Amino acid sequence: MSSVAAGSHPAHKDYEGSKLGMWLFLFTEILLFGGLFLLYSAYRAKYPLDFHVAGQHLNMVIGVVNTVILLTSSLTVAVAITAIQKGNRKLTMLCLTATIVFGIVFLVNKYFEWSAEIRRGIYPNGPELLKLPDGEKIFYGLYYSMTGLHGLHVVAGIILLSIVLDLVRRQRVSSADFNKLENAGLYWHLVDVIWIFLLPLLYLAA
Amino acid sequence: MEQTAVHTHIVPYRTFVRVWLVLLALTAILVFTSRVYHEALSVWAMLTLTPLKAGLVFYYFMHLKYERPFLKAMVLVTLAALILFIGFIFLDISQR
Repeated sequence: MSSVAAGSHPAHKDYEGSKLGMWLFLFTEILLFGGLFLLYSAYRAKYPLDFHVAGQHLNMVIGVVNTVILLTSSLTVAVAITAIQKGNRKLTMLCLTATIVFGIVFLVNKYFEWSAEIRRGIYPNGPELLKLPDGEKIFYGLYYSMTGLHGLHVVAGIILLSIVLDLVRRQRVSSADFNKLENAGLYWHLVDVIWIFLLPLLYLAA
Repeated sequence: MEQTAVHTHIVPYRTFVRVWLVLLALTAILVFTSRVYHEALSVWAMLTLTPLKAGLVFYYFMHLKYERPFLKAMVLVTLAALILFIGFIFLDISQR
């Protein structure tokens, strides 16, 4: 009956503190990417034309498709949390699985996108990259750093959500205690927010 | 039936679906304005719609709407710090 965590000893849980801790971590993430956005803005102001030209070579379609994928994956995580609050374990697991699949599809798209750039000779020290003007080199450097760092976050998010999915399956995360799902969800949404900013900066700003 | 240990607001599914539809629509507008080759329009669309999209994700998907004022204030302070940094960088750039 009681919703206190099961087990021989009642565990002390501080949900507010746990969520606050997650948000504090997200703040450091915001400032981490914020630093890269600052670099981007400063160099864009210095080399507006080079950034414009380099941005035109990026595959906008993949950028937009990946945006739709991440936005939808954010929806499925949000729905998963409402579902677990309502005690609907099946829907929670379905939504979490969908989110993980969306994350993997995002990375597969990223793989094809990067492969195409690398085949063009655009990679650190790549033959074609070295021929470009300084501003374009910096654009591609930022492109690889920002999407790469973001991609690592997608990988981390997929791992986190997979762990939570398993906890839901084993009923360790349930309507009585879904704090881990909430925190993993917060992380995933932040990864989505960062991409929301990367889309116009890298793909649309040409 | 029973009260859960966690005191949180249950957001209806339809709220999330609506927010998602708005996010998709805003993305479509952003992409469209970036294709019409109207410099000022696309820049303004990016500067307004992108933070709006991020705000919707923060406010609804991340449940910020239902959080305590303390947490909301913390988020605002963090974003204000970032905006301040960006402002200072541009002050610096514009003086060169």
